[in-house]
Amino acid sequence: MKSSSPLKWFGSREGLYYLALAFLLAVILPLVLDPFRLNMVGKYLTYAFVAIGLVMCWGKAGILSLGQGVFFGLGGYCMAMFLKLEASTPEATAIQSTPGIPDFMDWNQLTELPWFWEPFHSFSFTLIAVIGVPVLLAFVIGFAMFTRRVGGVYFAIITQAIAAILTILIIGQQGYTGGVNGITDLQTLKGWDIRTDEARTALYFVCVGMLFLCLFVARLVQNRKLGRILVAMNAQEMRVRFSGYDVAAFKIFVFCLAAAFAGIGGAMFTLIVGFMSPSFIGIVASIEMVIFCALGGRLSILGAVYGALLVNAAKSGFSESFPELWPFAMGALFIGVVLAFPNGLAGLYRSYVMPLEDRLFKRGKAEAQTSAEPVATTASAEKTDDYDPMINTYSPEKS
Amino acid sequence: MSAAKSKGTDFLLAVEGLTVSFDGFKAVDDLSFYLDPKEIRVIIGPNGAGKTTVLDLICGKTKATAGSIKFAGKELTKLKEHQIVHSGVGRKFQTPSVFEDLTVFENLEVSYPQGHSVMGALAFKRDRAVVEAVEEVAETIFLTDALNEPAASLSHGQKQWLEIGMLLIQKPDLLMLDEPVAGMSVAERKKTAELLRVITRDHTVLVIEHDMQFVGDIADRVTVMHQGKVLSEGSIEHVKSDPKVIEVYLGH
Repeated sequence: MKSSSPLKWFGSREGLYYLALAFLLAVILPLVLDPFRLNMVGKYLTYAFVAIGLVMCWGKAGILSLGQGVFFGLGGYCMAMFLKLEASTPEATAIQSTPGIPDFMDWNQLTELPWFWEPFHSFSFTLIAVIGVPVLLAFVIGFAMFTRRVGGVYFAIITQAIAAILTILIIGQQGYTGGVNGITDLQTLKGWDIRTDEARTALYFVCVGMLFLCLFVARLVQNRKLGRILVAMNAQEMRVRFSGYDVAAFKIFVFCLAAAFAGIGGAMFTLIVGFMSPSFIGIVASIEMVIFCALGGRLSILGAVYGALLVNAAKSGFSESFPELWPFAMGALFIGVVLAFPNGLAGLYRSYVMPLEDRLFKRGKAEAQTSAEPVATTASAEKTDDYDPMINTYSPEKS
Repeated sequence: MSAAKSKGTDFLLAVEGLTVSFDGFKAVDDLSFYLDPKEIRVIIGPNGAGKTTVLDLICGKTKATAGSIKFAGKELTKLKEHQIVHSGVGRKFQTPSVFEDLTVFENLEVSYPQGHSVMGALAFKRDRAVVEAVEEVAETIFLTDALNEPAASLSHGQKQWLEIGMLLIQKPDLLMLDEPVAGMSVAERKKTAELLRVITRDHTVLVIEHDMQFVGDIADRVTVMHQGKVLSEGSIEHVKSDPKVIEVYLGH
């Protein structure tokens, strides 16, 4: 059955995968990268939040959303609004015709702060809004779509339309949103300058911490019965319904969960990159997010993190040397994933690396068994990687 | 007859004036029938008679155009599918629909009537009661040795049994089975008949079946459907000797 104590879990194969990722992100990368590069990795990681959400929503439950940029953007804009207000003190904006409001509002002849900006003076409200606003929108969309049994391609198209609408809205309402430039020139968080190298490094670690928090929430969901229902729903929606489950409620839940992750990622993006603009939330950005998830392996939450890191690193690398080639490389990557390895990197890892590990593990185990107390032999001991749906293998009780 | 009968509360299931039309075509047309508790009723009829549609209507998969379906005194036509399941109606589909990625144990566990809300499914724990219920059902459906197998690896007949097991663990009052022995080998058929006999000890069962021998084996009463209507109803002997049934279904 499942490992009983958390300590034991870290010794299991799944635990080692998590430890390896933590070691890579929290020890190796900070040691080998300069603050500028580390900040870039932090930016890539903010996309990993979205990718984890997509694993749950698309990989597990089969709901393809091509509009995750919307939730990423909402989380990011919430954070950006707070930071912008903090940067727009009457003293700092004394040269404006209306001091005390963000500069772009002044340029657009606004003379007072719009009502929906007011609550973003409060940091606690902002933190709630970073998750609350994306989840609320996801709930409204999910409720409207899933209770009417809109799914599959139709749902994907609708989410894409919403991404387009939000982008157009933000660009069009320049005075309220900063328009196509976005919300820029963010400086401090509660008086702490976020532009220094130290602050950026600290924010990187906050990002890694939040990422692991999200990973554990996702892992909890996938390992509970809830996770098995999501997988079951994907393949046999009808049977789930006639097993007594309200399928729409489960779809709304997982869509909201993905939106919450994306919102957190967006807020971290704003903090790490220092601004937010519509180009990060539109249709293209949203589709790229799906590619991160697909490349990493759409059934593996850890794979999603690696997918986001690798695709973004490749994007930066390509853009630095051959900027015009990147879109083609991205397209080729997506086609490659779909045709050649539909389960992404995690799938490749599973078929080629894990058999090697198996051999190593077995040898290690045999040695351990001769020296220490016998290892518990359960059917699940061999296969507890993070996307095995049979994670809780049943073993008859010996009572 | 129907007006008088519907007043009674003795029936577990009372279907009255049930009609559904798809773009003007009446797949089920003013259909009425009544099930007693613990009764085994078999619906037979030629292809396109509307048999499967009747089950779809009862379990909420298809919405009725007119008529009423009263189950234990409760109107089902206004309820959603999962609410109908919670009222005690279980439905097995014609082609086996089990969760291929999950093990046999998990298939049964998912169907266990507990933790059906989102939060409930998050908090659900595999306790003794669950394991015992699963083991009990697994024994009934001959799958005790396959509990850890993924459902995808089962044979066609075993999948059919698994789906029946998934209904049994819900502890429904009414079981609806759509051609449970279709595509089964002779040996599997025999075992299924045995299984149904066990099940029918304490369930009301509504079965669609073509195999007349099998029907004769299990049915208390038979309803013959033709073009969305009841053609004949009664014991298997009665139905078999009904000239109308011979004409449209059994052949001369």
